[in-house]
Amino acid sequence: MSASGNGVSANELLAVMGSRELKDNSTVFAGVGAPMLASGLAQRMHAPLLTMVIEGGIVGPRWKPGSLPISTNEMRAAYRAQMLPGITEAFLLAQRGFLDVGFIGGAQIDRHGNLNTTAIGGSYDRPKVRLPGSGGANDIISLCRSVIILTVHEKRRFSDALDFVTSPGWLTGGDARRKSGLLFGGVGRVVTTLGVFGFDAESRHMRLEALHTGVTVDEVKANTGFEVLVSDALTKPPTDEELGILRALDPARQFL
Amino acid sequence: MTIARREYDFQAARKRLEDKAKSAGEKLTTIEEAVARVKNGDHVALGGCLFSRTPLALVRALLRRRPTGLSLSRNLMCYEGEWCMVAGAVDKIVTSWMGIGLPWGLSKIQREYVESGRVPMEEWSHLALGLRYRAAAMGVPFLPSLTMMGSSLVDVGGSKIIDCPYTGEKLLAVPALFPDVALLHVHRADRLGNCQIDGYPHMDADIARAAATVLVTAEEIVSEEEIRLRPDRTVIPGFAVDALVHVPFASYPHECYGLYDAEPDHFSTYVDGINRHGAAGVQAYLDRYVYGPATHGEYLALFGEDTLTEARRRGIELVS
Repeated sequence: MSASGNGVSANELLAVMGSRELKDNSTVFAGVGAPMLASGLAQRMHAPLLTMVIEGGIVGPRWKPGSLPISTNEMRAAYRAQMLPGITEAFLLAQRGFLDVGFIGGAQIDRHGNLNTTAIGGSYDRPKVRLPGSGGANDIISLCRSVIILTVHEKRRFSDALDFVTSPGWLTGGDARRKSGLLFGGVGRVVTTLGVFGFDAESRHMRLEALHTGVTVDEVKANTGFEVLVSDALTKPPTDEELGILRALDPARQFL
Repeated sequence: MTIARREYDFQAARKRLEDKAKSAGEKLTTIEEAVARVKNGDHVALGGCLFSRTPLALVRALLRRRPTGLSLSRNLMCYEGEWCMVAGAVDKIVTSWMGIGLPWGLSKIQREYVESGRVPMEEWSHLALGLRYRAAAMGVPFLPSLTMMGSSLVDVGGSKIIDCPYTGEKLLAVPALFPDVALLHVHRADRLGNCQIDGYPHMDADIARAAATVLVTAEEIVSEEEIRLRPDRTVIPGFAVDALVHVPFASYPHECYGLYDAEPDHFSTYVDGINRHGAAGVQAYLDRYVYGPATHGEYLALFGEDTLTEARRRGIELVS
């Protein structure tokens, strides 16, 4: 990725751009990897009053730098937590409306922000490739007020048609999401290694909001399996302060 | 796919419970006697989550009986699901996600068995599976929820969308899941089966109420008086427990909150065996760690005293 040319890794870029989407005095449902780094960075930069909720049934952890979790259900994820209510309870906080933002990733994404982490090719019963499954991704995208998808931008991921909708974004666009029964939320942003994307308010079609430094619109088009609405705006590159905080959180670069 | 009626038949599940002795008496027994209660074809639900507080000692004891035709459910299925596939023990896996974690990639065993159609994987969202156990724990046939609608999971899973009788809005009617057997591991219990869990509770308390038969291992057996001094800590009442076994390090090499840390290097060695030998790698692992050791002591000896002490040290440090 050209954005990585200045020594910034893909996950550092995702974490920095993801963190900037988070507001102070809010809550975020965050998983391991780039989402937790984005949340930890936001808390240290501009959102000290941001609370993390973790899939393992964990509220308000204060993760130990250098000892970041590899699973949302392990002691490192619960380090110095304020509350351990249980898994079902954590998701019910989101169903009640307590979670402002949810972070998720996915193997495949389409123009409406739908995600597939279940099966590629064949049928559900006899897939060509069986992926791990939803985990909490479906719940996060169904129940949080707004979802930010963090992903590496590759053509094989940005797919024209999904074989399976594990996690519903805007479904077929327009008001399809509401009509399906999902009265709340939706995908607000897709943060990739090439740029930051939003969705057209009417069609709910993915739209480039800003490119990362060094990335061209042609590069985005070449790496996207569907037509994407474009823009020439640029994101502000990760700052030394942001990168310094991330690298202090994960000095062994386990996730960076 | 349609959901088997027995999974959500609340009247049948209630009758099973009513017909069962709900004793406040002795529950301590051997692990062999405990797992002898599992019948071929049963739906077995596992407590814990992924590599946390997994009832591995009970799973190993169960597999030594060479069961067949089981349905196995767990919120996030770790490699115990792979063991059951390779051992020929399961006809169906019910979960929201299967694997070990990001560093270990896709489960090659899940891929092999599901893609070939040998063992179907029935997928629910994490919350939906939690609500399936919760509905059963509440003794009702379903719970309304706002999750999973609009996704393909509804289309393939056989769950139904209903109109809210008050607001008219659509709701997912998440069907109850009444397992035949629950396998759980807890931090401490008295000999009557009153169980206490430290740290994250996962879904164990719901599963214990949902299942017809509840088998528990505990890190520590404490006096009845100790339970009575901290009754607020008790999450499973003794009368819900059928068999209790004292097994320290029962989840190891998975973690047990505040007592011992997981062993990612052990997971990597296990996955390396699969990368090199496929299902035969799992079979070799089963021979060494599941079928081989005659006792839990022999099992722990495969890891060695120093490794266990170090896992204990890290486990305590992570909650201090």
